[in-house]
Amino acid sequence: MTPLLQVRDLVKHYTTAGLFRAGARPVRAVDGVSFEVGHGETLGLVGESGCGKSSVGRTIIRLQEPTSGEARFDGVDVFGLDRTALRRLRRRMQIIFQDPYGSLNPRMTIGAAVAEGIEIHRLAAGAEIGRRVGALLEEVGLDPAYGRRYPHEFSGGQRQRIGIARALAVEPSFIVCDEPVSALDVSVQAQVLNLLSDLQRDRGLSYLFIAHDLAVVRQIAQRVAVMYLGRIVESGPTEALLSAPRHPYTVALLSAVPEPDPTRRRARIVLSGELPSPSDPPPGCPFHTRCFHPARDERCRSEAPILRAVGATTAACHYAESTPAAEAPGRDA
Amino acid sequence: MRHWLLRRTLQAALTLAVAVVLLFLLTHLLPGDPLAREGAGRPLTSVQREALQARYGLDRPLLEQLGTFVGGLARGDLGVSIEYGRPVVGLLAERLPATALLGGTVLVLNFTVGLWLGVRQAVRKGSAEDRWLTTLSLAGYATPSFWLGLVLAGIVGVRWHLLPPAGMRDPLIAGGTLAAAADVLRHLVLPALTLSLVSIAGTMRYQRNAMLETLRLPYIVTARAKGLSERQVIWRHGWRNALFPVLTLFGLWLPILVSGSVFVETVFAWPGLGSLAAAAVNGRDYPLLMGASVLVATIVIVASLLSDVAYAFLDPRVRLS
Repeated sequence: MTPLLQVRDLVKHYTTAGLFRAGARPVRAVDGVSFEVGHGETLGLVGESGCGKSSVGRTIIRLQEPTSGEARFDGVDVFGLDRTALRRLRRRMQIIFQDPYGSLNPRMTIGAAVAEGIEIHRLAAGAEIGRRVGALLEEVGLDPAYGRRYPHEFSGGQRQRIGIARALAVEPSFIVCDEPVSALDVSVQAQVLNLLSDLQRDRGLSYLFIAHDLAVVRQIAQRVAVMYLGRIVESGPTEALLSAPRHPYTVALLSAVPEPDPTRRRARIVLSGELPSPSDPPPGCPFHTRCFHPARDERCRSEAPILRAVGATTAACHYAESTPAAEAPGRDA
Repeated sequence: MRHWLLRRTLQAALTLAVAVVLLFLLTHLLPGDPLAREGAGRPLTSVQREALQARYGLDRPLLEQLGTFVGGLARGDLGVSIEYGRPVVGLLAERLPATALLGGTVLVLNFTVGLWLGVRQAVRKGSAEDRWLTTLSLAGYATPSFWLGLVLAGIVGVRWHLLPPAGMRDPLIAGGTLAAAADVLRHLVLPALTLSLVSIAGTMRYQRNAMLETLRLPYIVTARAKGLSERQVIWRHGWRNALFPVLTLFGLWLPILVSGSVFVETVFAWPGLGSLAAAAVNGRDYPLLMGASVLVATIVIVASLLSDVAYAFLDPRVRLS
């Protein structure tokens, strides 16, 4: 079966030309990214701030225009659609945003916000709209009577539930979850993640789950892709990637996951130096300026490694076979 | 909510009271003599002067005069104009319609053209159109209205004879009500244009910025993700939220319009409150000047009260808290 979403060589550059900055180098936010998301599958996309993961999420559903590349959704060329066809596709591809406070119009009741998608795509009419809104609110764990209230009357977790109900309203088959739990505290994070898993099971949804927290991704994703400076540096099945990472950057990310057992001590890898500027990425391997791999050498500085299968994952490192193992954190229940 | 409304209204009343006292003191501190023009060219004799001072109460202590004025104000009596020798209330009532017509026209133009252009600019930010409108609006904002008025009157009115450069009615126009209305409209164009250009420039800048702020917000992206058309995103989700900061402007624009209309009405000999106030200042006509000032202060205070109340009723976040 062909995957639901296939992305090939996606590139997104931001140009910042201005009066005083004419001809400045483009910011290479996404620099040749390829991945697939299967039916009913969750792909986790992780990386630190500024690595381009949100740009990937927004370009594949064309909230931003890509610079180049290809995306096929259920066989349809997403980047080739005209405005009308794109709006029709919006019904099947939705997004949940990181900021549960800012992503709801403050002057609309949440019922109206949820209903708007149904009305736009003419999925129901008359009293049926209200019934559907109530059912959606109930499905995400909210009282249907809340529909008459305004966003500022809700907590962060409740608002994220509203955001999810709003995305579900148009009956999508694919949802980009753009750091949906990063702004929530940990206990609420778990509730929202469970809700997303339940919905996936009940509705057969596919997710692209963007996060910077590997612990969150481990809970929800079947496969993970790790991004660094606009490129995927490693990808593979979640458990394999987390237990035997092959790219030094993945190793470093893993060592940053908090250890739930306070009696266990493990060595942390703290990366030195700043994230290089995406408008002036280093030559060769983009990670070589911060790499701690004992085998790193001249080749890393001159030749960019390509993604290749190493063990159970795919990694872009010349010396992936000899990457030092990280002490993985113990699993909490 | 009712509590808030009551407090806000009391606040407005207090503001007005303070304004009346300040206006009274400032008016009477103006250097100059309200009786200077009374002698019809010849100096007043001391007997005449004392008689006139007694008639207008100018011989009483300032605080007593204030008391008399406030007492009269409470009864709706603003005294008698020194210059015109008629009750101030009647003079103001005669002039109010002309100013209301001019000011109303300008407000309507301001809040339609200004808002629309501002939104257009924000949506097309960085385009040639946006840059041109920015330049024009800055120029418009920086132009003194009396100068613009003189230039328009001089070129369009006097040199080209396209529109009447002064007054509100042509006494020689014959015909029915329709002809008279058309005549007033022709006279209205230049003063209204003068005042509008300056105020539209400001509203435009304000609306552009408010709209740019709003269009950056995440719920705009949400609206696009829902599959709404760009027009729906801009007007339903963007503009409705960007309108509110501009609504507050309504209260702030009135004083500017009123003071602007003092100059513009004088330049175009528009028979409104502004030119009456200008004449009152020139003649140090205390009762008339006080009457006009208090009327304007009342309009401004009531307008800002109304715009606050409108804001509260329209914004769910303010309404419910």
